[in-house]
Amino acid sequence: MAQRTIVPFGPQHPVLPEPIHLDLVLEDEKVVEALPSIGFIHRGLERLAETKDFNEMTYVAERICGICSFIHGQGYCQAVEDLMKIQAPERALYLRSIWGELSRIHSHLLWLGLAADAFGFESLFMHSWRVREAILDIVEETTGGRVIFGSCKVGGVRRNIDNETLKSIKGRLKKIELMSREITKIFETDGSVKRRMVGVGVLSKEDAYALGAVGPTLRASGHAQDMRKRGYAAYAKLSWEPVVETAGDCFARSIVRVREVYQAFDLIYQAIDKIPDTEVEVKVTGNPPAGSETFMRVEQPRGEVVYYLKGSGTKFLQRFRVRTPTFANIPPMVVMLKGCQLADVPVIVLTIDPCISCTER
Amino acid sequence: MATLGIIKIVMGWAVSKPATRLYPFVKREPFANSRGSIAIEIEKCSMCTLCQKKCPTDAIIVKRQEKIWEIDRLRCISCAACVDACPKKCLTMITAYSPSVSQRGIDSFVQAPAKPSAQASAESTSPSDE
Repeated sequence: MAQRTIVPFGPQHPVLPEPIHLDLVLEDEKVVEALPSIGFIHRGLERLAETKDFNEMTYVAERICGICSFIHGQGYCQAVEDLMKIQAPERALYLRSIWGELSRIHSHLLWLGLAADAFGFESLFMHSWRVREAILDIVEETTGGRVIFGSCKVGGVRRNIDNETLKSIKGRLKKIELMSREITKIFETDGSVKRRMVGVGVLSKEDAYALGAVGPTLRASGHAQDMRKRGYAAYAKLSWEPVVETAGDCFARSIVRVREVYQAFDLIYQAIDKIPDTEVEVKVTGNPPAGSETFMRVEQPRGEVVYYLKGSGTKFLQRFRVRTPTFANIPPMVVMLKGCQLADVPVIVLTIDPCISCTER
Repeated sequence: MATLGIIKIVMGWAVSKPATRLYPFVKREPFANSRGSIAIEIEKCSMCTLCQKKCPTDAIIVKRQEKIWEIDRLRCISCAACVDACPKKCLTMITAYSPSVSQRGIDSFVQAPAKPSAQASAESTSPSDE
């Protein structure tokens, strides 16, 4: 039997500049076991809910993650609206979908770039981020912030986008879509990408379900589960189907994200065509009632995020709990890592799109 | 061959204008909506302290008696909650970011005693602890 060695992976800059630590038990170059440990950047955001007014918590919720910030804010606002039985106006729901999909595009393009960087494809990394920059410009133009949108609030959205701007955004997005097709075609067809990803880190359909994988990790293993199908925001009024791949390897997970980028473009076009002219916010009075509870599940670029809120009858929430997608994807990742080569570890870790700041809040 | 895809893109960009800017010399024009930093027209301010109450990071301190409006730029997250709350519309979001600093400090704006012609927006910076 080969000698066993333990290689510490992280927490300083393991593939991405976020602290996750894995103890990799190796036999020669083969990983026989991976032991994850998290908790390096716990910020105690959930405890803040007891000292911050529920409206101010929107800003905290948005800062749980720097990439899927908008969808965190949206999930939180939807949860509070559910507690207080508020119906946000139609236009606000459409705008939330538009911004949510813009953030999905920029998150996936960021991930595609990071993935390319993980297997040493520097130029692809830079070109992915070049395309992403154009999306960030649209975001900044419409919300005022590049990554922290700050445009969602309890009872609607804080900013409106007028119909003319929406039309011009649609025109610009069509150009950006063409630009990103050039980049993503390389992911789909390039031999060097395939050699690093096909057949690496396979997660079977049964394992994916049993271990509670979420988002693209789950969909790449053949489950058509997407929280947007629950019909929150405007998704019930748009026509789309979850993107599903069946191979369950790193390549399938990348392809799910590539296809989701185009799905997001399509959803934005549909939303822009169908957006109604109504108010964008309703006045919110009162506090979340005492003892009221809610679970809100929304789909982030990384997968399903669950918000659990409990009202206390005052302006402070009694309990604020978030289950983030990366936390759910760590057990499947440990299974994927078993039996892989040491050199494949960065690629496998990256294909669950880890966001450790989210995980530890 | 499929690998030619990236070569084509790279060669295309090798002969075209760069996608980046030569930053300190070429600056990006901000968007009209960009949330840069908070500006105050102190003369219009009624010292109602609504902005202080609405600020999620407690960056704003209003001293009613002394007629001083203070903001800690490093605490401010440019969310514009104060701008939305201001009943006198004296707070505005400007597109310029607050400049980088080497020391923590608080920007104080002092309201001059009511005198119609006084052009007084005395601005002083008083570095505090650290």
